[in-house]
Amino acid sequence: MKRKNMNQAADILADRIASGFSMEGTDWIPEGATEPAQIEEKAEAEIAPNETLKEQILSIFRHNKVALVSAIIIALFVIVTIAAPLFAPCDPYVQDLTNRAGTPSAQHLLGTDQLGRDVLSRMIYGGRVSLMVGLIPTLISMAIGTVLGLVSGFIGGKIDNIIMRIADVLMAFPSLLLAMLVSYTLGGGMLTIFIALSLAGWAGTARVVRSEVLSLREKEYVEAATSIGVKRSVIMMRHILPNCVPTLVVLFTMNVPGNILTESSLSFLGIGAQPPDPSWGLMVFEMKKYLSDSPVATLAPGIVILILVVAFNFLGDALRDKLDPSLQN
Amino acid sequence: MGKYIAKRILISIPLMIAVVLVVFLMLQVLPGNPITVMMGEKASPAVIERVTEQMGLNDPVMVRFGRYILDACQGDLGISYKLNRPITGLIMEAFPNTVKLAIAAALVAWIIGIPAGIVSAIRKDTLLDRGLMGFSLVGISLPVFWAAMLMQFIFAYKLDLLPVAGFSTWKHLIMPAFVLGWASSGTIARLTRSSLLGIMRNDYIRTARAKGLRESLVVIRHGLKNAMIPVVTMMAMQFASLLSGAVLTETVFGIGGIGVLMVSAVNDRDMPLLQGSVIFSTMIIILGNLVADILYSFLDPKIREQ
Repeated sequence: MKRKNMNQAADILADRIASGFSMEGTDWIPEGATEPAQIEEKAEAEIAPNETLKEQILSIFRHNKVALVSAIIIALFVIVTIAAPLFAPCDPYVQDLTNRAGTPSAQHLLGTDQLGRDVLSRMIYGGRVSLMVGLIPTLISMAIGTVLGLVSGFIGGKIDNIIMRIADVLMAFPSLLLAMLVSYTLGGGMLTIFIALSLAGWAGTARVVRSEVLSLREKEYVEAATSIGVKRSVIMMRHILPNCVPTLVVLFTMNVPGNILTESSLSFLGIGAQPPDPSWGLMVFEMKKYLSDSPVATLAPGIVILILVVAFNFLGDALRDKLDPSLQN
Repeated sequence: MGKYIAKRILISIPLMIAVVLVVFLMLQVLPGNPITVMMGEKASPAVIERVTEQMGLNDPVMVRFGRYILDACQGDLGISYKLNRPITGLIMEAFPNTVKLAIAAALVAWIIGIPAGIVSAIRKDTLLDRGLMGFSLVGISLPVFWAAMLMQFIFAYKLDLLPVAGFSTWKHLIMPAFVLGWASSGTIARLTRSSLLGIMRNDYIRTARAKGLRESLVVIRHGLKNAMIPVVTMMAMQFASLLSGAVLTETVFGIGGIGVLMVSAVNDRDMPLLQGSVIFSTMIIILGNLVADILYSFLDPKIREQ
């Protein structure tokens, strides 16, 4: 029975296709048949849905559970960190020299550090450092990179050459080395990290934006705008930049975890955040020699770095697959 | 292809000079006289003035830069303030340790990364694929210093299987190589997977299947052969970055390599040592990328034919 139905359906389909072809060029359209042009339009709509960025991102969360969980974890980190005083059981700066490098207890769930400070509370406050470092220098470097990438791709010529050669030089440095150099020159501290990461990060963004601009520049609507005499700056802001936004969103999510890792690494080396700031990397550094006696207090800050970075990376992957698969590798 | 390679090499030379210039300028804008740092606060101003003059530090920056480049080309990177020894010698002492670690870590990364990438591409969208890709992503996200300490705690303190730190026997190499290798394997696995998946969509793969070739042969002979081109390039670049010094792993495990040299230069405010070691490491990366480019042109028939 089923089979018969299927055969019938196939026959009807074959008829439709045949009639569609045979009727081409005539005005007569069989009832219920779709015009070829309409079919094409539908197909195109399915391939490139005309969703807004917000809808696209929402649909990622609807279909991809890993991305959803990652976003929830990040949101939780943000909430707990901003409302740190509400969640932290103790003052992160209060020392108790009688209880140094203590193991976990009812009072100090994750133990105490080398000065007897509560590790859990310091971790909660430390999230502020990591999230700030993850967000602010990433935004600054991407803003610089976007402007330079737009200019480079749209104006081209000598300016393009100069910007891209500078980017080449910056990208020859591993980000940790560049940060170490800046830290040596300016001294440790959060401001140094901000400067180092902002300086180092723009080159990658500029390259991606530039290549995006180069392909967008060839689009008909840009040509149309140019031909009716729209100013270049207006074309850049109105026609090119908005089309780079999905790529930028993906790049942002992918750059944040790298910056968080670089900050914690620098702080772990003792040349990033300075005591008594609670930075996760610095906390591990300070507790290094207590590893065998007080492993929980020493290693706990590292786990949250890992969780936060993994969450950002999963989210970045999901956004990339949906918004800009060309960014893969 | 010879033209392509020559062009690549020619591009690298100005890049190298620019990198040296950037490092040089960044460290020269420092306020204060480095000689004061070298000789300590107690040295008399007259002595400091004389040594500054002798070392040519009163010359304009560009003159000093030119001299530095010329000396560097002859293998002279200056003398360490703190250790009072030629920097080239210090680097040459540290480099073999970094090389050993880099080779071991690269092997771990390749042995884990390549099979993981292949398997997850073949078993796309299965639980196995997700598991392997999750493992790779964790590797990429790993705070290396933390993973290193976690291993120290488990394998050295708790299980007492491996030495905590140091670098004399092959046993010392296991933990650092694994930590660094895991962190590097993620990139390799992800690239292998996406590259193989991209190749397997090609028409010639369908043709190979259609003519009845066994699936394993399709994957190996037609898929992998082409999919590995970008992976091999990435392996070369990654190896170069391992050779440039694993700052964090070396620090945790007390391995006297290039990374530790750089960190101690920062901590001791030893400007010439930092300058020399950072330049050395960046040169390795630039050379590594050059080798990767050349390798790519050999492997990719599209470029080779040109």
